[in-house]
Order: sequence, then structure tokens, then C-alpha cells
Amino acid sequence: MTGKIHSFQSLGTVDGPGVRAVVFMQGCPLRCACCHNPDTWDFSAGEEIGAQELFSKISRLRSYFGKSGGVTVSGGEPLMQSEFLTELFSLCASAGIGTALDTSGCIYNESVERLLDLTDIVLLDYKYTDTADYEKYVGMKRERVDLFLERLQLLQKRVWLRQVIIPTVNDGETSVRRLCEIAKKYSCVEKIELLPFRKLCLEKYDAAGIEFGFRNLPEASAELMARLERIKNDIME
Amino acid sequence: MNFEAWKGFCEGDWQEHINVRDFINKNYTAYEGDASFLAGATERTKALNARLKDLQRQEREAGGVLSIDVSTVSSLCNYPAGYIDKENELIVGLQTDEPLKRGVNPFGGIRMARSACEAYGYKLSDEIERYFTYRTTHNDGVFRVYSDEMKAARHCALLTGLPDAYGRGRIIGDYRRIALYGADALIEQKKLDKKRLGEENMDMATIKLCEELYSQIDFLGKLKKMAGFYGCDISLPAKNAREAIQWTYFGYLAANKEQNGAAMSFGRCSTFFDIYIERDMREGILTETEAQELIDDLVIKLRTARHLRTPEYNELFGGDPMWITESIGGMSDSNRTLVTKTSFRMLNTLYTLGEAPEPNLTVLWSSRLPEGFKRFCAKVSIDTDSIQYENDDLMRLYYGDDYAIACCVSAMKVGKQMQFFGARTNLAKLLLLALNGGYDNVFGTRLGPQDDVMSDEILDYTLVKARFDRYLAWLCKLYVNTMNCIHFMHDKYAYEKIQMALHDTEVERLMAFGVAGLSVLADSLSAIKYAKVKPIRNEQGYIVDFETVGEFPKYGNDDDRVDEIAQGILADVISELRKTPTYRNAEHTLSVLTITSNVVYGKKTGATPDGRRAGEPFAPGANPMHNREENGALASLNSVAKLSYANARDGISNTFSIVPDALGRSESEKTENLVSIIDGYFLNNAHHLNVNVMNRELLMKAYEHPEEYPNLTIRVSGYAVNFCKLSREQQREVIMRTFHDKM
Repeated sequence: MTGKIHSFQSLGTVDGPGVRAVVFMQGCPLRCACCHNPDTWDFSAGEEIGAQELFSKISRLRSYFGKSGGVTVSGGEPLMQSEFLTELFSLCASAGIGTALDTSGCIYNESVERLLDLTDIVLLDYKYTDTADYEKYVGMKRERVDLFLERLQLLQKRVWLRQVIIPTVNDGETSVRRLCEIAKKYSCVEKIELLPFRKLCLEKYDAAGIEFGFRNLPEASAELMARLERIKNDIME
Repeated sequence: MNFEAWKGFCEGDWQEHINVRDFINKNYTAYEGDASFLAGATERTKALNARLKDLQRQEREAGGVLSIDVSTVSSLCNYPAGYIDKENELIVGLQTDEPLKRGVNPFGGIRMARSACEAYGYKLSDEIERYFTYRTTHNDGVFRVYSDEMKAARHCALLTGLPDAYGRGRIIGDYRRIALYGADALIEQKKLDKKRLGEENMDMATIKLCEELYSQIDFLGKLKKMAGFYGCDISLPAKNAREAIQWTYFGYLAANKEQNGAAMSFGRCSTFFDIYIERDMREGILTETEAQELIDDLVIKLRTARHLRTPEYNELFGGDPMWITESIGGMSDSNRTLVTKTSFRMLNTLYTLGEAPEPNLTVLWSSRLPEGFKRFCAKVSIDTDSIQYENDDLMRLYYGDDYAIACCVSAMKVGKQMQFFGARTNLAKLLLLALNGGYDNVFGTRLGPQDDVMSDEILDYTLVKARFDRYLAWLCKLYVNTMNCIHFMHDKYAYEKIQMALHDTEVERLMAFGVAGLSVLADSLSAIKYAKVKPIRNEQGYIVDFETVGEFPKYGNDDDRVDEIAQGILADVISELRKTPTYRNAEHTLSVLTITSNVVYGKKTGATPDGRRAGEPFAPGANPMHNREENGALASLNSVAKLSYANARDGISNTFSIVPDALGRSESEKTENLVSIIDGYFLNNAHHLNVNVMNRELLMKAYEHPEEYPNLTIRVSGYAVNFCKLSREQQREVIMRTFHDKM
């Protein structure tokens, strides 16, 4: 079958372990205020591609993947195209190419479960630990992502929790502590990645004529990130 | 043969015959560990290095040349001993009597020597001028025999950078032989060879070789004398690590005194030195710190090497390069790694002495290299941008396990093969020449087969390709014949006596042709094939520009439709070249390498169907054109990896620039990921990779304030340069290049 992708990036090193191809899917039901890919929202845009064709693009890069790399599917929201990705991942699995999903965890159904069966690592974007913030800036109940995490635990998936640190929103010590406490409850969580808020996406918003909710917030500084990283490491060790 | 100096070494054929490879294989100690054993620089090293850096600063401030001895012709014994700091040097020997003072070497061509002196405010002495009025130089000889067509192809830069006015270089003496056998044994062997030849029929080839042998023997004698100036008797083999390094370096130094060769490479010495270092350590007469000191001191000497060149030369080969290439690592034919602790020590000089473009440290990469070494290399790349990688698994099939790289990417068996260097031809220009029926629209010159200007409203791929092939056949014949003239005359008037004395007498010869503009030609043909290309003509009816409508696949995106065009071009070029016999039966080889000349080639080439404007630089070497890569770094690497080394055995150069953040989050992730990228690229049978890990902003700052970045080193095409030594134009071109920054 065919899926809709936004773009294909042959070298990714920051979305999962090792050297990875990254596929950005087109279409997302969420409208997160911090989103850096607003051009992937629209379900009607994007490029149609067959699973087999996408697989051959990925497999041309397999020599670079080494022991730990593979493909990461990001977006957009990959779970919205779970059947297509199930086909893609099963091709990857039979070729021995590692697979990762970079997702918000916004839906869970049988189709998603079939996809997760074929997924090696889930990069779960746990956007805010504060329930009110979650609803306010994501437009979805926080329970959904918790439910998703429960399922990942049951399925014994390798999980990396990720959170973008946005100054004045979730850059406090307590917020990071809460995230660590959540992670500690689930043995499937291998690590937490704190990612700095950046505004490189401003141009994309302007080009699309979309209002960028966090336009006026500062980027996360290296000092801030280092400090939160230390706090995280102290708790997680 | 048997020498006291060989005590403790394993026996082998190397004792019966001159066979350094056998000595290495029987005696080296492979090292599979990590870099933790390395020592730092000693106070002595730091002081000596500071002295050199100060001299380099003075050289920069003096406009690029510190001083010139205008009244001495450079040769082995024409200068007294020179030192940086006599009391504190472990390895000695300078090209002239003072550090960074340049000698003149007019044997390649007196005009070049004269104008180089003048460019820096000096005047060649009357005595040298007078002497060379009675002497034929290589340059004189070539122009006596060049045909009108050869001159025309040269004039309109269809053939550029030919070594017809300067030393051809790219010959690597097996300098290690001096250390292992001593000069006397080498002289003895050459005398035996000469005697044997004298018993054969004295035909032209044999007489020529006999005369060369006479010169080789003569110069081995001069080499002994030169070492004597420094208080060293190199008649016998080196007895310890310091002597092994010193004897070897004397050979290299002698070559540099004798030849102003374009690329004067060092060879493959690290693992050879390691054998002596290990023996000294076993005997308790050398510590790790002292071993690093010896390597550091050697590298300091190598960093003093200079040749006198003209500003025009620098335009082609920017940054005053010497290509003192040292090949490190690789695997042996018996599948053991050739990495030793001294492979690490050599790379460690980029920390102990600081980053620098020379020596041109070249890692021979195999997927089976020890992980510790791979990681150290990647770390050095990330920290210094000073090393390049070449595929040992690929080259070993052709050259065995004791080859080295000359210049950037040219492999040859050390002491057994030599190369006739041939610069390159401009393929993009050839396409325009073909479309215009033998008229060069930049120089207004007619050359090549004369035909009508292609008259189609929209260019037809089949017709264009057929015409291009016809012009390619013409060019390749002309190119081989031009090279034959050049190398006949180089052998006759500027023969590399000391370097060839350090080769086997019956040497194999490679004739290295080259192409520039591969990605421009591939994309242009792709545009003609997959989009609509409409030629725009001037009043005289010549095609001067193109209007290209529609999408077409571009080289650098792992798209077979265009990558196969690029592959096909190389196959066509080498097969056309092979149709014309070479001087001394050399084997035809081909490279895709531009050095920094991609800027000049672009300047001299009109607009091309791929959308490149007239005068715009080409991409360097086999790189895709700047910023046409749409699928990221690995797709770009894959396109280059498809070019077949079998068709381009003189090397396929690719320069890869990536911003640090695009390699991963932590330092260790970045290192691991770079290892994976290099591993993957070479598993795909790619040949060469220059690695730069840096931000464009850094280069932009260095462009604005060069004085603040005197040591900023960057890999260009097959070598490294001090960014600030490039011309402004070359700097801009480097900044324009693709920096992979997608995350």
C-alpha cells in the first residue's frame, strides 16, 4: 500500500540510537504550540510513496547503520498511518534493519499495536508533565500518553522518553523531577532525552501563514540544558 | 646480508633481497587497543614547536614566503646543515641552511623559478640565469615538441595544471630502505642491476635505464654526503628508533632538495618506525614519552618543508601545499591489522603539535580495523579536521599491503610503482566545445573536430551524447599524447634521481589522467535527458547559455538515473584513454580530483545545461554540485560511492562537511556515528573521504578575520590547508559548499 510522507532524510543521528534514516510522515491531528514541523500537519499535502519503494530507499543506506542504527519514522504523526508503516516495518524486520517510531502516543488501537509489534524502539514525546499545560499546549488529554506508555510497558518495548524544554513553560526543576518520576515507574523506559527549544522553525510558520504560539519565548540555553541534564542524571542514577 | 643493527629482528627474505614489506610483516606488533597509552608533548617539543610557529607567523606576515636563497640551485649538497634550534633537535635536516628559507629549483622550468622569485620581491641571481641559458629545462623540452593542438587545448584550459613547467611530483621514494639497509647496500644493489643490464642488448630502453642507474648511484653517494653534513653516517643500517626515523627522513629531505615536485609524499612509515620503537622499548632504552618526542620532532621537520611556487600555481593548488602524505593503518594480506601504536602516535601529533595541514595524514580504512583505532581517528577528525580516509579494502586488491598514497588519492606500491602525474581535463568544457562544433566560447578558439553548432531547438540526449563521445575520443588521444611528451621530457631533463634510487630498478609505471567537472557534466546530461534544455545562442550563432525547463535528477541524491550517467562517463573516459599507447608502457589510470582548481576550471567554463552560470566554480573532485543534495548526507555519499574505482584507479575524491550537531548529541555518540558513516561509505566500495566537522559560521568568521584563525585547518580535495592561506575566491567557494546540517 502507499503512505504519505513529508520528506526523507538519509542521515539522522539525533532521533534514536546510531546512524539512522529518518522518514517524516505527512499529517498530524495535534497542533502543539512548540511543534517545529508545522509543514507536516496537513493531511492533504505530502508525497505518496509505496511501502516497497520507501523500503528500498532505506535499505540503500543499510551499510551505514552499523549495529545500533536503522530507520526512524517521525512526522507528522506516524501512528496515523499505522497500516502503511506496519508494511514498511515488516520489510525492515525481514532485512534486519532496526526500526524506531518518534510519536506523541496520541492514539492506540489494534492497528497501532500491530505496528508496535514490529517496532524496536519508541521515542515517546512526553510533552508536559503538568496536566493543564498538556491540554493547553497540545489539545489532548495527558491520560492518553500515559495509557500509551502503559501499553508500551506491557509490550516490553524499548522506550526513550523525550521532552522539549521550553523556557518559562517546562524548564523548572520540578517539571524535570516529575518526568523522571514517571520514567522510574516504567521499566521499559531506557532513558530520558531533554531537547532544547529552538526557533529554527519560524520561517516555516511564516511561510505557511500559521501563528507560532511560542514565537516570543527565548530558546533554551546551553547552560539551562546542562543544569537540567545534571538534575535528571542525579535522579535517574 | 647481515648487520649488527638487525639484532632482535625476525629473519626473512628481507635479508636476502631489498624487501621492506617482508621486514614489516615479519616484525611488526599489531595494536588493538585504544588511545589511552599516548603521551603528551614534552617541554622540549613545545619549545621547538613554538619556535616553528613563530617562524610561520613571520612567513605569513611577509606575504607567504619568509626568504629565498636566489643564488643557490637547490640540491642535496648545495646548502650547509641548517637547524631550527640545533641543541634541542632530535631529528635534524632542513631543505636550505635556515628554516622556511626557500631554495630555487629551475630544472622544471627557469621561467617558473624566475617569476616565483619576482612575485615575492626577489630576483633570481645572474649566475643562475646565465647557467640556465646553456641548459635545457623540462619546460623547454616539452614546448619544443608540443603540437599546435596540444598548445591550443592547454591555452583554452581544456587541459589544465599539466606538469609541463614544474616538477611532476607524485613519486614516493621508499625512504625506509635507507634505514633498513643503509646507503651502501642500496648502492651495491644498484651496481649489480647496472651490471646485469649491461649484459643485455643495448636498445634505447636499456640505454636510458643504464644512464638513469648511473645517476641514481651518483645521488645515493650525494645522500651519504648530505647526511654527513649533519654528522650522520648512513652507510650502514639504523641501529635504533631515532636513527631509523633520521635515516628515513634524510631520504625524504634529499628528495625535497632535489625536486620541486607538485606532491612530495612521505610514504607509509609509521608502522615501519614502530618496529624500531618496540625494539628500543624492549631493550629499555626508550619510553613512551621519548617515542612520541621522536615522532613529534619528525613531524616538526616535515612541517618546515617548502617549495617556491608562483601565484598562478597557487590559484590551481591553493594554500602552498606539499602533500607530505603519510599513509597510516590498513590491513595486511594475511588479515592482520597494520595498525601499531605508532599509527596512534602519528595522529597524536595533531594534539601534541596542534592541528595543521601537513603532513597530509591519510588513514587507510578497513572495516576490520581495530575499533579503538577507528574511534581515535573519528575523534581526531572531529577535533582537528586534518585527516582523510581511503578505502584499504578496495586498494589492497590492486596494490597489496605495502602501498602508499601520493598527493591526495593516488595509490602506488612503495618502491615498486611510480606515477606519471597528468593533472586533469575539463569535462564540462568539453561538452560545450562539442555542442559548439569545436569552438570554445570562453576563449574564442577553434579546436578539435570541426562541425556545425548543434541546431536543435531543444537538445536531444541521444544526439548530444553521440557528439560528446566523438569529442571525447578526440580529447583522450590528445591527452595521452600530451602526457607522453611531458613525461619523456621530465625523465630527460628533470629525472628524480634520488627518489628513483629508492625504487626497484625495474619499476612499474602508472600514467595518471584526471577529470574535473564530473558532477556538472552528469547533471547537464541528466537535464538534457529528463528536462527540456533549450540552447541560447549569440549573434554569431554559438551556444552561450541554456534555458532548462522541468525537473531532472541530480547527482548526489542516490538516484540511479543520473548516478549511472556519472558512472558511464568514467567508464567511457578510461576506455578511450586506453586506446592510445603511453610513454614507457605506463598503465593508464584516472582520477576524479580537482584539488582547489575547481574554482579556476569554473571560471574558464561557460554556462552549462544543469543551471550552473558561466564562471561559477565546479564542485571539487567527485562531489555533487553545491546544495543540490535534497536527501541528506548519506544519499550524497551513496551517489559518489557508485563511481567505480576500477575505472578510476588514481582515486575518487569526496569532501564531506558536516556540522558537529548533525553527528549526534554527546561526544561519544558523535565519534561512534562518524565511525558508522565512514564504515558504511567504504562498505559501499567508495574510495576516499575528506572529513570536516565544523560550522559554516566558523569559516565565515575566519574569512572576515583571517588573522584570528592562523591555524584553522580544513580538508579540501584530497589535502588539508590552512584556511587563511587560500585565495579569497577559494575561501568563498569553500564557504558555499554543502554543509550537511539536517538533524
